Amino acid sequence: MQEQAPQQVLRLPGFVAWAMRPLPLLPLEIALGRLVKGIVARHPELVGRLNGSEWRCVAVDPNDLPFVILLDMREGSLTLRLARTLDSETAHARISGPLIALVGLVDGVYDGDALFFSRDLVIEGDIETVLALRNAIDDADIGLLRETAALLEPYAAPFDRVGRSAIAVVRRTLGLGGAEHRGNAS
Amino acid sequence: MSRTTLTLGPLLYNWPAADWRDFYARIADEAPVDTVCIGEVVCSKRQPFYADVIPETIERLERAGKTVILSTLALPTLDRELKYCGSLAREASQMIEVNDISTIPALAKRPHAIGPLINVYNEAAAAFLIAGGAARIALPPELPLKSISAIVAAARNAVIEVWAFGRIPLAISARCYHARLHGRTKDSCQFVCEQDLDGLDVETLDGERFLAVNGVQTLSYSYCNLIFEARQLESLGVSALRLSPHTCDMVAVSQIFRDVLDGIREPSHAMRAMRTICSDAAFSNGFVHGTNGALYVLE
Amino acid sequence: MKTETRRPLELVCPAGTPSALRAAIEAGADAVYCGFRDETNARNFPGLNFSREEMKSSIGYAHSHGAKVLIAVNTFARAGDLTPWLSAIDDAATLGADAVILADMGLMSYAAKNHPGLRLHVSVQAAAASSDSINFYVEAFGVKRVVLPRVLSVPEIAAVTRNASCETETFAFGGLCVMTEGRCSLSSYATGQSPNMNGVCSPASHVSYRQEDGVMVARLGDFTINRSSADQPVGYPTLCKGRFKTGVGEGHIFEEPVSLDVRQLLPALQNAGVTAIKIEGRQRSRAYIKAVVHAFREALDALADKRSVPISSLAPITEGQSVTGGAYVKTWR
Repeated sequence: MQEQAPQQVLRLPGFVAWAMRPLPLLPLEIALGRLVKGIVARHPELVGRLNGSEWRCVAVDPNDLPFVILLDMREGSLTLRLARTLDSETAHARISGPLIALVGLVDGVYDGDALFFSRDLVIEGDIETVLALRNAIDDADIGLLRETAALLEPYAAPFDRVGRSAIAVVRRTLGLGGAEHRGNAS
Repeated sequence: MSRTTLTLGPLLYNWPAADWRDFYARIADEAPVDTVCIGEVVCSKRQPFYADVIPETIERLERAGKTVILSTLALPTLDRELKYCGSLAREASQMIEVNDISTIPALAKRPHAIGPLINVYNEAAAAFLIAGGAARIALPPELPLKSISAIVAAARNAVIEVWAFGRIPLAISARCYHARLHGRTKDSCQFVCEQDLDGLDVETLDGERFLAVNGVQTLSYSYCNLIFEARQLESLGVSALRLSPHTCDMVAVSQIFRDVLDGIREPSHAMRAMRTICSDAAFSNGFVHGTNGALYVLE
Repeated sequence: MKTETRRPLELVCPAGTPSALRAAIEAGADAVYCGFRDETNARNFPGLNFSREEMKSSIGYAHSHGAKVLIAVNTFARAGDLTPWLSAIDDAATLGADAVILADMGLMSYAAKNHPGLRLHVSVQAAAASSDSINFYVEAFGVKRVVLPRVLSVPEIAAVTRNASCETETFAFGGLCVMTEGRCSLSSYATGQSPNMNGVCSPASHVSYRQEDGVMVARLGDFTINRSSADQPVGYPTLCKGRFKTGVGEGHIFEEPVSLDVRQLLPALQNAGVTAIKIEGRQRSRAYIKAVVHAFREALDALADKRSVPISSLAPITEGQSVTGGAYVKTWR
């Protein structure tokens, strides 16, 4: 039997959160909102996989950043809001983890269940909605870095490059493919 | 409408041979059950302990007017287990109750009983098995009333039986949990399951009473109790109710079921009596009501 | 050498979505198994599975890449309401599936009668654990393959396969049911949703996680099934991998949250005469599918070339973050 201690995904250094704290959220909310809108438009099948017609709100909480992303799902739509803090009334479910983990999850470079098993991802609340969202995003084959890069022209190329190398680190940490084998497996 | 009969299911736990013999002797003499299933279902290693008393038990039960059905193993995988089930199916003069698909071919379409551990979830599966010689089908305990009634309506030419009393078999495994809990392997178990005559209680870490372990089998902590549903099942056309043996007074339990079916005792009165007879048991009826099996649904 | 007469093992991979199906085929799957988006298959999870339209285009994609599609209709049909199951079988045949994977004798009977040209595989949910059971399905319905339950050791698999009158397929990687599949109502007992009837084990709708002083408490229905401190890896919220108390002892009384990985045993399975190996995980992401299918493709190619089988670590993406040979190694019992 092979055994390993849980792996922890890289977290952003504390100064990033510290540096972001005084910044207003609105510009970021507008940018991310545009990103989600573009994704939904390019992947119409995504909303089809989200369960039911009732309004559901999932809080995506990058726990190394000082804000929370609220995804509102209604019949046929997916929209985004940002919030500084989260109380139990705001959302039906919460997914929290390091930003790199959350980005990589959307990008399909690694597996949500694996992040849950390794305790990098914490899930609370309406698990059914979280699963539907996860599965819908995974099927949509989004390529978040690509889509973000498109949004950030003319800084696209360097952003994409930096993002990719960060993701590559995560992939190796989680043993998800790539040429390198983990050396410390017994 | 024909009368709904009572079947005493096979004793699922590891009882000492003397207790085993005394139990069936009393059933033969006193219990108002029509059919008695005997034989090892859970673990083939237990069988040698009471194999010697089986023939006299069959004789005694038959002399008392009971129909005896021989139950077979739920998960035969070893060669000797498969051979044993096969030879029983070929040679026994009593009807065989099949608890694993592997036992069916040896029956060569002779009339037999399908046990509750075979997956008969709908009328199509029932029709297929009946065409192959199944004269009785004990339905899986997790089936809701709606499914039971659809199967009964379509399978008029077989006895359809419903699990009505006793801990509910929930799972079967190749691994022995009794042995595992005692730090032993299945092959060196030293028959630790004999310590728990109704199975070993399993609680959650928060102390909720949940399951019971019986060797390779996992059962519910609660005892299924369909005393309130018995008459409804009869009116749907269910032709037999199965009572699964426990250390509580099974003669009394079967008498109560008989009395309720015969209309000489009210279910509410019967339930009070059952609570006295099985004072330690929690009752459940959730499965027939289409919900959590662990629940007791008040109508 | 005995191995030289053996065909290469067929690699059967899971797909919960069309994207996952493409990922599996790109990574080297010989066949992909998947299901329709309803309770007719045993991974009826939110956001998962294929519409008829998606199935059609996915079968087209697979066939153009030389891969097969096996459609799982492997729950037990609801009495008095067989239509969803019968139409799943009809549509699988119409859409050109290479086989349907069935568990219900009633459905096998229907498929054999109405679609004689459709290849039938017996699902692991049918719990055909011996050659007697397998041959029963072959004679009754003309099935071509049986997926063996994860309760057998390798020598037992060899014996069963030797005496079976059709192909056998065994699980090679992923979640490990400690109970015989298709014969377990544990989840149903706690939630009212049955793996056999509704296609869900530990349905997400009945799972809750609560943080209690750094301890994660997992509950299923009205029952606490686990408490894990922050430094412990966790598994799926399935009952059989929970922690419980008895008068004798407490802990993982049924099974630890570990996953199956039989790459070490591939030569033995091939010698046992097994036709195909199956990777579990239709509920998993493309990332998992890519990593696992790729690793198994490498291993099978090495086996075919008589090289030693490379064992890269897949433990980090598995349940419990560790792997076992399961029942294939007899000490497991």
